[in-house]
Amino acid sequence: MKRVVEVTINGERHELALEPYRSLLDVLRNEVGLTGTKKGCDVGDCGACTVLLDGKPVNSCLVLGVEVAGCDIVTIEGLQPDPERLHPLQESFMKHGGAQCGFCTPGFVMMAKALLDENPNPTEEEIRFGIAGNICRCTGYTRIVTAIQEAAKELSEGRSPA
Amino acid sequence: MRRFEYHEPATLDEAVALLGRFGDEASLLAGGTDLLVEIREHVHWPRQVVNIKKIQGIAALGYDERAGLRFGALVTAREIETSPVVLEKYPGLAQAARELGSIQVRNRATIVGNVCRASPSADTLPPLIADGATVKVYGPAGERTVALEAFFTGPGTTLLGPGELVTEIAVPPPPPRTGKHYIKHGRRKAMELATVGVGVTLTLDGGACREIRIALGAVAPTPIRARNAEDALRGRALDGAGIEAAARIAMDECRPISNVRGSAEYRRDMVGVLTQRAIRQAMEAVR
Repeated sequence: MKRVVEVTINGERHELALEPYRSLLDVLRNEVGLTGTKKGCDVGDCGACTVLLDGKPVNSCLVLGVEVAGCDIVTIEGLQPDPERLHPLQESFMKHGGAQCGFCTPGFVMMAKALLDENPNPTEEEIRFGIAGNICRCTGYTRIVTAIQEAAKELSEGRSPA
Repeated sequence: MRRFEYHEPATLDEAVALLGRFGDEASLLAGGTDLLVEIREHVHWPRQVVNIKKIQGIAALGYDERAGLRFGALVTAREIETSPVVLEKYPGLAQAARELGSIQVRNRATIVGNVCRASPSADTLPPLIADGATVKVYGPAGERTVALEAFFTGPGTTLLGPGELVTEIAVPPPPPRTGKHYIKHGRRKAMELATVGVGVTLTLDGGACREIRIALGAVAPTPIRARNAEDALRGRALDGAGIEAAARIAMDECRPISNVRGSAEYRRDMVGVLTQRAIRQAMEAVR
């Protein structure tokens, strides 16, 4: 039986009628049409489906759609609400070669966003610890780590008073 | 994912009633990081999924000097890993939580879920057993408290009867001059299941060992205590020869199997190495 779920996704309220056995990932992609969040392993190992659930990074494949009633979700599409601009993390991934095939990138960017929200100036070790649940088969991670470090610098400079 | 009916009980009694009504057809959902994988991989097909996250009063974490640490069934691994009081008083548990899955997984996975799933290699079990944890069980006959080390009956099975669930874990406060350590041994640093896990909690009295508990994971059908090894050390001075002898006894006490993560022989050898190492680290951590 479908259940009606009210949820805020990228700042917009949605009322969705959901089968209980649909993952949040499938709901985002198939019901809401937000296909930026990727389905990699679908069992919580790869991190490609990472979204922010009430500010915390989770694997959306391991959350049921019906569980998020009343919650606030941010996906890669909602990271930078202004369609004319990119988020500094996205700019940095482009500039430093943090994306090759790009399939893991939305998950990495969302995880990096969560990491920097909690710890604006992480060490390399803290970054590597933070992204341990995100798999990339192209880059060898070095450039992803650099991209996150550089974005952290830019974001903290932007935050400090001029 | 295979189809199921979904329930959100508002109270423990409603949850118990649902479990009673559906019996073996029902699975409890808390973090979901194991259950949803099992459903998707067709390991398990519950017709009824009972989400306990709407139940009030089982999400708290607290500490006081007399009762120690208490945390409810909905407390996540990430909350444990980042809790200042857990980091200070229960560093073995904090370390084990930190090594479970990824941050994304730990933001959902609960410690009580890790306990109830009863995997022999579950990370949080050796430090909790070494710390003398108990679980509070709620069911049709009311409430009972069980020592965690007696809670497991085999791989994936526990003492939980029909209609019962775990609502809380309690861990005694550390006495003065106590040190703790947990070592997870795996093939890589992250996103790994333990090949061997060793948790040690010890309390010193002068130079002697007043109390010690050694808990081993992934080397028997359930997590176990190396009681003979503990007996060899309790009341004695903790010197190199004594620690080595105790580690050899622990090797005899474990009953490992061979699987993709390691052979029985390798696991037994690692119990010897890691038991010594964990005891020494716990001694260094004494305060």
